[in-house]
Amino acid sequence: MTETFKVNMIACDGHGVCAELVPELIRLDEWGYPILAPTPVPPQLLKHARRAVTLCPKLALRLQRRD
Amino acid sequence: MSAPQLTGYDGRPRLLAGWAATNQPANLAEHAQINGPLPAGAAPHLIGMVTAAGLRGRGGAWFPTGRKLSAVAENGAKAGGAYVVANGVESEPAAGKDKLLLRAVPHLVLDGAELAALAVGATEITVAVHRGTGLAAAMSGAIAERAAHRWGAGLTIKVAEPPRWYVSSESTAVANFVGGGPGKPRDDSAYRLGVKGKPTLVSNAETLAHLALIARHGPDWFRQAGTAEAPGTALFTAGGAVHRRAVYELPVGVTGNDILAMAGGPAQTLQAVLLGGYGGSWLGIEALSLPFTPEGLRMLNASPGAGVLVGLPAEACGLAETVRVASWMASQNARQCGPCFNGLPAIADDLARITWGRDRMALDRLRFRLGIVDKRGACGHPDGVVRLVATALTVFADDVGRHLAGRGCAGLWRPPVLPVPQPPDVSEGWR
Repeated sequence: MTETFKVNMIACDGHGVCAELVPELIRLDEWGYPILAPTPVPPQLLKHARRAVTLCPKLALRLQRRD
Repeated sequence: MSAPQLTGYDGRPRLLAGWAATNQPANLAEHAQINGPLPAGAAPHLIGMVTAAGLRGRGGAWFPTGRKLSAVAENGAKAGGAYVVANGVESEPAAGKDKLLLRAVPHLVLDGAELAALAVGATEITVAVHRGTGLAAAMSGAIAERAAHRWGAGLTIKVAEPPRWYVSSESTAVANFVGGGPGKPRDDSAYRLGVKGKPTLVSNAETLAHLALIARHGPDWFRQAGTAEAPGTALFTAGGAVHRRAVYELPVGVTGNDILAMAGGPAQTLQAVLLGGYGGSWLGIEALSLPFTPEGLRMLNASPGAGVLVGLPAEACGLAETVRVASWMASQNARQCGPCFNGLPAIADDLARITWGRDRMALDRLRFRLGIVDKRGACGHPDGVVRLVATALTVFADDVGRHLAGRGCAGLWRPPVLPVPQPPDVSEGWR
């Protein structure tokens, strides 16, 4: 099973917390909105990834599971 | 590439059979005479019939309708109910097929909606039409006519008029509006979370009309026209520099040249065509010999979309046309997704600087932004604008060089070819 970042772009307000917490997989565009790596989160970053999901001020970020 | 398979198809219009004979909207008696009774008994087998027929959505995505029906039926059974929305909103300025279809053969669309509702277990149907066209009143009249004659399955059919914003005809936006919300796209698919949180079949008006005929005549009949991958006929709206701008029903698999020929041929020498709509692709005229199907155009990364084909005359400026359309499309965002409401005006501005301002920096910036904005919205609106502008840079590459070098372009001052509606503006609101 793998997990990949997904964002609800309607909910996202571009706070940028996610890119601070997981810069390896999330960067921001010129307007401050996240650009997500399309690849699964590697095991060593899962802890950080879950923290980013929890700390998103708009609850717009999630991890999508794929078997 | 798929070759047309026209075995057994007599070439006559199917959806527009009544319209072709009389040029008048078909009332219920005429509809009954042309198409026969509504085959409510087919409903339990309908999903299998539609799947076997290979019907694909004519709203632009060409998604297999059988799979969509199955998903709504399955989700609806779990959720304790489902809705059906017949989407005839058609906010695409270059398209006219759904407006014509609803005007000409309203009962065929309504039959399709009722049969689909029976198949997925929905008890309520909404027909969504373009606001301000008189279609809402016409559809209400057709619904009253059915009730008076006890035609159909006796399901409740309502009429809705979403706002005229471009994005308001997108499936999740229509479901949102029908459920009492704003006519803005949502993050969830309608077949999962649609009207009032219930699984909802949002199906294009033309798709439902085909479905009503498949229920009557069966999958084998449907496959007599069209290609193996995209069977049936489809409605094409021909516009721009053609002799007869109109809607034509043709078997899927016809080439761009076939569509132009139906429209009386080019009215002037063409330099390019816009295919699919304002979120579609510019194509060079060499593409006109390809089958205008999703498969036939795949190698060009293009799709017939909602069947729009606009001829651009040689004297026009493709860049100036694209600037106008991209700017209008940018104004039509729902102010929901940051990459869309920031990115689309930026993209339109970059292209304007290339077209009018000899701004070489803008070209690199535009190419970068096209890559950044693509597929970053909740709906496909930004992707469509990216496709329009990216294909303009390719098809009008010589013009890009000429404009940046400051050499003259007579086309800049010609009247526009692609229509851009004045409304909606901010006064329209989202309800």
